[in-house]
Amino acid sequence: MSITRNSARLLTAASLFSTALLISAPVLAQAAVDHSQHTAPAQAPAPATAPTVDHSQHMAPAAADVVGQSRADPLPQGGRDPHAYSGRYQRGSGLYALAQGHDQLHLADSHRFGAIVIDQLERADGDDEATLYDLQAWISQGYQRVTLKAEGDIEERALEESRTELLWSRALSPYWDTQLGVRHDTGAKPDQSWLALGVQGLAPYWFEIDATAYLGSGGQTSLRLDTEYELLLTQQLILQPAAELNLYGKSDTARGVGSGLSDVTLGLRLRYEFTRQFAPYVGVEWTGKYGDSKKFTRVAGEKSSDTRWVAGVRFWLSN
Amino acid sequence: MAGKDHFNSGTSVLSRRRFVQGLAAGGVLLGTAALAGRVLAAQGAPSTGTAPVLHGSEFELVIEQQPVNYTGKVGTATTVNGSVPAPTLRWREGDTVTIRVVNRLQEPTSIHWHGIILPYDMDGVPGISFAGIPAGTTFTYQFKIVQSGTYWYHSHSGGQEQHGLYGAIVIEPANGEKIQADRDHVVLLSDWTDADPMALFAKLKVQSDYYNFNQPTVFDFLRDVSRDGLGAALDERRMWQQMRMNPTDLADLSAAALTFLCNGTTPAGNWTGLFQHGERLRLRFINGSANTFYDVRIPGLTLTVVQADGQDIEPVEVDEFRFGPGQTYDVLVTPTDDAYTLFAQTMDRTGYAHGTLAVAAGMSAPIPELDERLQLTMADMMGSMVMPVTPVRHASTEYGPGTDMRVDTPSIALNDPGIGLRDNGRRVLTLADLRTIGGPMDSRPAEREIELHMTGNMERYTWSFDGIEFGESTPIHFRQGERLRVILHNDTMMTHPMHLHGMWSELENPDGGFQARLHTIMVQPAQRISFLVTADAPGRWAWHCHLMFHMDAGMFREVIVA
Repeated sequence: MSITRNSARLLTAASLFSTALLISAPVLAQAAVDHSQHTAPAQAPAPATAPTVDHSQHMAPAAADVVGQSRADPLPQGGRDPHAYSGRYQRGSGLYALAQGHDQLHLADSHRFGAIVIDQLERADGDDEATLYDLQAWISQGYQRVTLKAEGDIEERALEESRTELLWSRALSPYWDTQLGVRHDTGAKPDQSWLALGVQGLAPYWFEIDATAYLGSGGQTSLRLDTEYELLLTQQLILQPAAELNLYGKSDTARGVGSGLSDVTLGLRLRYEFTRQFAPYVGVEWTGKYGDSKKFTRVAGEKSSDTRWVAGVRFWLSN
Repeated sequence: MAGKDHFNSGTSVLSRRRFVQGLAAGGVLLGTAALAGRVLAAQGAPSTGTAPVLHGSEFELVIEQQPVNYTGKVGTATTVNGSVPAPTLRWREGDTVTIRVVNRLQEPTSIHWHGIILPYDMDGVPGISFAGIPAGTTFTYQFKIVQSGTYWYHSHSGGQEQHGLYGAIVIEPANGEKIQADRDHVVLLSDWTDADPMALFAKLKVQSDYYNFNQPTVFDFLRDVSRDGLGAALDERRMWQQMRMNPTDLADLSAAALTFLCNGTTPAGNWTGLFQHGERLRLRFINGSANTFYDVRIPGLTLTVVQADGQDIEPVEVDEFRFGPGQTYDVLVTPTDDAYTLFAQTMDRTGYAHGTLAVAAGMSAPIPELDERLQLTMADMMGSMVMPVTPVRHASTEYGPGTDMRVDTPSIALNDPGIGLRDNGRRVLTLADLRTIGGPMDSRPAEREIELHMTGNMERYTWSFDGIEFGESTPIHFRQGERLRVILHNDTMMTHPMHLHGMWSELENPDGGFQARLHTIMVQPAQRISFLVTADAPGRWAWHCHLMFHMDAGMFREVIVA
C-alpha cells in the first residue's frame, strides 16, 4: 500500500470507477515490456510507442513534449549503458579492495524494511453492529515485497466474512507493483481459496488502485477493484472517499454470489491525523448488491443494500 | 505563509515553537564527559556552544554517546571529546597530522575528513576505503596536509553524523594567511533529531511526505478558483497530478523532525560570536547538517565571500548564500553596529538556525521572519525547456521503477540562485560567482567524459544514479593520471549536493571555461553541470549525494582510481 496525498482534488464516484477500470488493463499490458527491460539493462531496448497525454491545450508545445516524455515512460532509443564506466572492476574485490573478512558497504537499498498499516479498524452501526478491519503488512527489500492483506467483518463475536491474502509484490514501473499469491476467505459462508494476480499502485491524479484477478476453488473466477483518494482539508484533516467492487465469473449459490457485477461498496471517511501514524476517523459506508447476488441476498431474507455509519482508527508502524 | 506559525494547522503553536526554537539553554550535554586520555592542546573557547579548539599535529578524539537535551526531551548524542560539535581541529599546511580515534560506542564508527586530499585508506569510509573502527578499538589516522582553508570532518557510519559527530577543520596556509581578518569564527550549521535517523528513514519508506506539512489543500484550491478561475486552478494542478508529484516537496525532513543548530546551539540558545568595533571578521560557514539546505544572511552586513570549499576565490559581495550539506563558504564582514543576527533559514522555510554577532554576550538583534514558502514550478522540473543540440542520453536503466522523471531539456546555466531565492530583493550567491584564484590545478583538457544522472522515485523513496542504487551498481573507473570530464545531470525535482571524495571537482561554466575548485557541488532540479577531475589519487573512493538519506538510499557510487 502506498500512502500518498496531494493537492485539492475533485472527484465523482463515476471517475473513481472509470479510473479503476481503465488503469488495470494498460498496466497489465505493460508488464511484459518492462520486465524484459529490467532483466537485460545493457541491451539496446526495442522501440515502442508510448502512451502520451495531450497537454497541448494547457502548455506550450515544447513544455508539453518534455513533460509528456517524462511522464509516459517511453522506452529509450540507445540508452547509455550504466555499467560502461566500470572498467570491469567489481565492488569489493580486486585492486585496492578491502581484505577478505571485512564488511563491505551496504546501504538501505539492500536493507529490509517492514511496515504494518491498519487502514481501517472500525465499528459499524447499520442494520447489524459489526467490527471491521482492513490492513496491509509487508516486508520489503529493494523493489520487492512480501505483502499480507487482510480484510474482515466480525459480527456478534463471530467472523462473518474475511479475506486474507499473501502476495509477492514486485515493482513493475515507477508507480505500480505486480502482485502474485494466494487468498483465503473464511467466515459464515463456506471457505474458499484462490490464486491471486494483481496490480497495486498510484494512478495519475493520485488515485490509489488495487486491482486483483482471482482463480478460485471450484473453477470460480473473480475480479476485485479497490480505489481510494485523499482530499486534504487541512494538513491533518483528511477526507477519504473509497470504492470497491467485486465481479464473479459464475454464480455460486452456496456463497450467495451471482455472475457479473456482484457488489459495490462506497465509503467516505474523515480522519484527523494527530500524527501521520495515528488518526481516528468517522465515516459512512454504503454497500449494494447487483444481479444474481442481489437476488440471492433477498431470497436469504436480507436487504440488498445497506448504509452504515462507521467510527474507527487508522494507524501504522514501520521498521 | 511566513513567520513563526510554521504549521498550517494542528499542534499548538506553543509546542511547535518550542520544538522549532529548541530549549533556551540551547542544548545541554548532560553528565560529565569522561575525558580519559590526553587532549594535546586544548584552548578554551568563550562562546556558548563554540567547539573547543585543538591545535598541533597530534590529536586524540574520543567518541562516545552522551545524553543531550535539545528539544525538551533527552536524546542521545554521539560526541567527540565530550562536545557537540566535535572539537575544531587547527592544522598547518605541510604538517603531517596523527589522529587517534578512540571508539567508546557499542557500534563501529568512522571519521571522514571532508574535502581533505589524502591517501584513500585514510579517507574513512567503512566498507570502501577502510574497515571502519570497531567498538572499543582505536584507529590511527596519519596523513600529510597538502592544502589550506576551511573544511570539516564527520562520521560516515549510520546516523552518527546527525547525532553530533561533526567538527570543523581549519588549515593555516604554509606561506601565511593571505586573507586578512582580525578575528575568526567557525559557524557550523547542522540539524538535530531526537529520533534514530534510520527510524525516520523507515517512516519515509512508508510515506515519503511524512514530514511535509505544507501540502496544497482543498481550501487552497478553492482560493485559487475564486482568484484565478476554475480553468486556471485546474491547469496549475493538472501536470503535478498527472505526474503524481508534489510541488511542495522541497525537503524530505522538515522542522517537524529537525531542530536546527548553529554551532551546536538551538535558535533559542542564541550562539553568539563576539567582535570589537572596527574589526574585520572571518566567518567560516560549514553546512554540517544531514538533510538541510540553509539560506544564510546577516541583515545589515554585506558578505564578502572569499573561499568556497576551502579554496580562495575572487572576493564576491553578496547579501545571502545557499549551501547544502558538505559545503563551506568563508565570508568576511565588517560590523559597525553592536549586534547582528546570523540567520540561516531552511530551503523549505519551515525553520531556521540562528546566532548573533555582537560586541558583548547576551545581546541580540531582530530575527527576520521566515520567507514565504514557494512551490516548485514546471520550469524547475523541466530545466531550460530548450531542446539541446545533442539530445540527452539517459541510461537504459532509467526507465524502470527507480526513476520517476527524466529531464530532456536541462538547464546548464550556473547563475540561478535556486527556488525561493530568485528575485528576492537580495544579492544571492550563485555558482557563476565562484572563481577560484589561480585557475585550474591541471591545464590539460579532458581526455574523456563520464556522465551520471541523479535519479529517484519520490513515491517509493528511492535514490540512485542512472536508476541503479548502490547495491546493484558497479564501480566507476578513473584511469590513474587522466584528466576527465564528469557530467552530472539531475533527473529529479530535488537539489543534490554531490561530493566526490579524494579529488577536486573543478567546475566548468557553460562555455567550458574553468569556474571553481570544489569538493561538493549543489546540483539543482533539472540542472546539468560538468566538472573536470585529475585522477591523481589511486585507491577506492566514495562518491555520493551528501544528503544523508539520499546517500543511505543508494545515491552512491564507488570510484576506483587505478
